[in-house]
Amino acid sequence: MTTLAFVALVVSGYVITMTHPRLYWGDTGNQMTPAWLTLPITQKFGESGWGRSLHFLGAWVLVLTGLVYVAWSATAHHFARNLVPRREEFSRSRVRSEISKQLRWHVQRGVEYGLTQKVSYLIVILLLIPLAILTGLTLSPAVTAAYPWLFSLFGGFQSARTIHFFDSLVLVLFVLVHVIMVVRSGFAHQMRSMTLGRPSYGQHPHLTTDAVSDGR
Amino acid sequence: MDNIRISRRTLLATGASALAGGWLSAGCSGAAQPLSGTFLGLADALTYAAHRTLLPQQALAREFSRDRISPLPENGTTNPEDENYQRLLRGKFEDWRLPISGLVAQPTAMSLDDLKRFPARTQITQHTCEEGWSAIAEWTGVQLSRLIEAVGIKPAARYIVFHTVDGWWDSLDMSDALHPQTILTYGMNGRELPVPHGAPIRLRVERQLGYKSLKFLKTMTITDRLDNVEDGTGAVGVADGYSWYSGI
Repeated sequence: MTTLAFVALVVSGYVITMTHPRLYWGDTGNQMTPAWLTLPITQKFGESGWGRSLHFLGAWVLVLTGLVYVAWSATAHHFARNLVPRREEFSRSRVRSEISKQLRWHVQRGVEYGLTQKVSYLIVILLLIPLAILTGLTLSPAVTAAYPWLFSLFGGFQSARTIHFFDSLVLVLFVLVHVIMVVRSGFAHQMRSMTLGRPSYGQHPHLTTDAVSDGR
Repeated sequence: MDNIRISRRTLLATGASALAGGWLSAGCSGAAQPLSGTFLGLADALTYAAHRTLLPQQALAREFSRDRISPLPENGTTNPEDENYQRLLRGKFEDWRLPISGLVAQPTAMSLDDLKRFPARTQITQHTCEEGWSAIAEWTGVQLSRLIEAVGIKPAARYIVFHTVDGWWDSLDMSDALHPQTILTYGMNGRELPVPHGAPIRLRVERQLGYKSLKFLKTMTITDRLDNVEDGTGAVGVADGYSWYSGI
């Protein structure tokens, strides 16, 4: 459902951008003022009605499933246990080996997240997604009437819109890389562990040992 | 591991049913709001319900100083072809009247001077278009809340419906109708409201997107339901996919 919602957000976000593919900075910007950046997108009117409704449907699904994720994370100590890198992972040798693994496109098939995975997941969860939600809310005249500090936070309506656009681009890139890595590391296995929380590597001697030594 | 697995499964199930429940309850209250009925309408119904229950209802949209006024594109109809409108325009709108009917003590028709006799409110606010552009302008007019009070609104009233010279129509709930910044505008940037911006009277609804701020007002009707107004969707744009509620 989250995947569908994300796809819905990307498609509808593009459709909305089509009606006015110009970005600005500050409070105001329109066809009578110079653009800060003109996007290479053909302008097309009349599609933003369903585009906007679909965008908010996707946003509601993501926000509500996100709340479930945060609630589960809190009860399961998911952040402390699985996402926050441990001190020893930052030792010079571990970091060096992580970088060389990444450069060789080495795919880790372990049960535990790697350092690059942990850091990028934390950036997405703690920075990019909250930023997308907050800049999105800044585009709502009803929300900013109640919370005008959102304008101050992002430097105005148009700045928030521009940040929202680039933030979404980075999130799309993250999801692309994420999906490629999931496929490379064994699609069926990853789907099982994502949905049921039960890795199917059990028969693999190396991983069985790892799991036991980790006390899982 | 076992604990986590079970809790994750439970949470997946709980989350799915919570979502379905939320949607249903938002959809079921549709009798009171012209939003649901379609799959995409669910999101707008949920947004509307959340905005009306979670946000302070009398908070004012940000206002600016005069030096922040920016160019404002002349959007949509810029000079209605309607013969009657052109005649009124030639007469400087001296014969123009705004009929106010429906759930009021006494149906009436206001002239431009009648509207100008009310205490004026001037506000410099941001116009936000659903397309993504924005502009800042100064608007002067009479608060809709004062007008409603003057015509003696009946307790059953739930919505205000507006029709325009160029064939548009839209409606506001009482939260937006009574909001202090919802005004019937006859002045813009210190001058008479120009024709391209909706003369003689344009609505300003500052907590919703620009398409809710109708130009060239023709009639105003106070009602308790919207399902018997025009096509029953609450606004002219709904049939084309544009949500009745545009606070986002």
